[in-house]
Amino acid sequence: MAELQLKSHRFRAEREADWRRLETLLNRVEKGGARRLDRDELVEMPVLYRQALSSLSMARAISLDQGLIAYLESLCTRAYFFVYGARSRPLERLAGFFLQEWPRAVRGLWRETVVSAGLMILGAVGAFLLVARDPDWFYSFIPEALAHGRDPTATTAFLRGTLYEGPDAHHALTTLAAFLFTHNAQIALFAFALGFALCLPTAALVTMNGAMLGAFLALFYAHGLGLQSVGWLMIHGVTELFAVTLAGAAGFSIGWSVAFPGDRTRVDAASEAGRRAAMVMAGVVVMLFVAGLLEGFARQLIQNDIARLSIAGATALIWGLYFYFPRPRLRAGSSA
Amino acid sequence: MTAAAEARRRKPPRPRRPPDDGWREFVTPEGVDLRLKMAAYAERCGAFLIDLLIIAGLLIVLTILAAVVAWRTGSTYGGEAAMAIWLLGAFALRNFYFIGFELRPGGATPGKRATGLRVAARDGGRLTANAVFARNAMREIEVFLPPIFLFMGGQGVDAGLAALSAVWSGVFVLFPLFNRDRLRLGDLAAGTMVVKAPKRVLRPDLAKDGPTIVGGLAFTEAQLDAYGVKELHVLESVLRSGQRGAITEVSERIRRKIGWDAPLEVSDRAFLGAYYAGLRARLEARMLFGHRRADKFDRP
Repeated sequence: MAELQLKSHRFRAEREADWRRLETLLNRVEKGGARRLDRDELVEMPVLYRQALSSLSMARAISLDQGLIAYLESLCTRAYFFVYGARSRPLERLAGFFLQEWPRAVRGLWRETVVSAGLMILGAVGAFLLVARDPDWFYSFIPEALAHGRDPTATTAFLRGTLYEGPDAHHALTTLAAFLFTHNAQIALFAFALGFALCLPTAALVTMNGAMLGAFLALFYAHGLGLQSVGWLMIHGVTELFAVTLAGAAGFSIGWSVAFPGDRTRVDAASEAGRRAAMVMAGVVVMLFVAGLLEGFARQLIQNDIARLSIAGATALIWGLYFYFPRPRLRAGSSA
Repeated sequence: MTAAAEARRRKPPRPRRPPDDGWREFVTPEGVDLRLKMAAYAERCGAFLIDLLIIAGLLIVLTILAAVVAWRTGSTYGGEAAMAIWLLGAFALRNFYFIGFELRPGGATPGKRATGLRVAARDGGRLTANAVFARNAMREIEVFLPPIFLFMGGQGVDAGLAALSAVWSGVFVLFPLFNRDRLRLGDLAAGTMVVKAPKRVLRPDLAKDGPTIVGGLAFTEAQLDAYGVKELHVLESVLRSGQRGAITEVSERIRRKIGWDAPLEVSDRAFLGAYYAGLRARLEARMLFGHRRADKFDRP
């Protein structure tokens, strides 16, 4: 059948082995990652990929076999995603993240961080003043579920008791720590994600968070437990509030670039800000984990005010130095 | 008169955009267009549901394991461990399940793989870890905010506010329906997209089998000129589907169209195979000379 010896036929017969080879390599990679390939196969991959691409262009020009073209398209797409896809060694990436990328991203958001912290302080001071003047305001800031009886009607002895609950009172420490962590992480993620809606929900969330803090402090202050309650709150609060502030800052940076994209398109501006903010957020989750541990364990196990306050001070110092201490050597290294 | 005035007052109809079929141009650095198909909303929902089921299944298995361990050791911390598993485990799985799988070379969670989807960077570059993190952190408001509002209790004004919030947050869930590429907010924030990337197997060339089966069937040039590329592709999909009814019907239609009067000595399947091989040879030969005949109305 000489007349039926199609050109597209010969084309396929000549190249099919290479396609099959690429397909088997891809199947292995997609199952277990690039580790599954040895050195020669890794070198072979881009070559096979480019061959497949050229086959695809050619097939589109000379072949009318739909099945063949669909196959080549799918093969090239899979190979493309491998050749140009995400690839990283987890440990190396993790080290790079904590040593350089995260602090740099946080420093990059310093304007938003200042705004976010300002809003939180505003909320705290406002709520403190309001509750100090009229204790009924307390109920507007703190939902009953969270108060656990710690409201203006409580006695001083009861309030003092809540500050120094021993481990016995919370024998379910792990549960408490887990609950606090997920609760706070969710709030932080909301603060970040809602920034998309032009910053406003984030601003409300951060301010509200500050207001709850202020209302609690005002309640304890009225009973002469001011310093003690600061110790009780801040042993984990430094880390937690800092994390929420950063989450708010990340949200603001997205909202701001959506509202004022400059000379980029709105979508481009959003995705650029989104990726940078996501870096900050990844770290915020880690911070909240630390805060959850401090809140769930350290606070119950350490009953001394001075010790609590010094831990609070130490965490503030550590986070501050970690993020903002100038690192000339590292920065030079990263820009080079 | 009035009708004419009415017609004049009415605006000329805007030229309609052709319905979007979801195919997008996607040019690799080598300059070849890979033509990607955007994932449909339903497919993405399906993938997400599968993932949710897997996560729930994992949590249940973990809980059962914890229960068994507590029972065997007689520990009183069983309930506490279960709480921790559901609180912390749900959070960790929810976030790291998606991130972990999407960072792998496959770029897809098991649910996405099952529905043939994967995540890609919209600019065609590398899919970075930051992008994967951003798109998954956004899920928190898209998926988990509406239920929070829906199940928020309340009376009077509070209930009204909760209902309004639920509607408002519903915007996020339906967001993918209001843009061409079916992007959700997370995709927008991360600069990613979800595309269909199914695995395909290389199927045998139909034109290869055709002539060997029939041998004797020969078509004249006029008979082969009855159709174009579009019809050839329809014929190919009919042959590949292997549905007996469709094959008989198509075979009859073609015989009528090309005036095949001779009695059919071979099966419909074999006849169609032979015609396919002949038509493809003819069309491909003409393609080599620079004329691609789009369909049967495309006369040279």
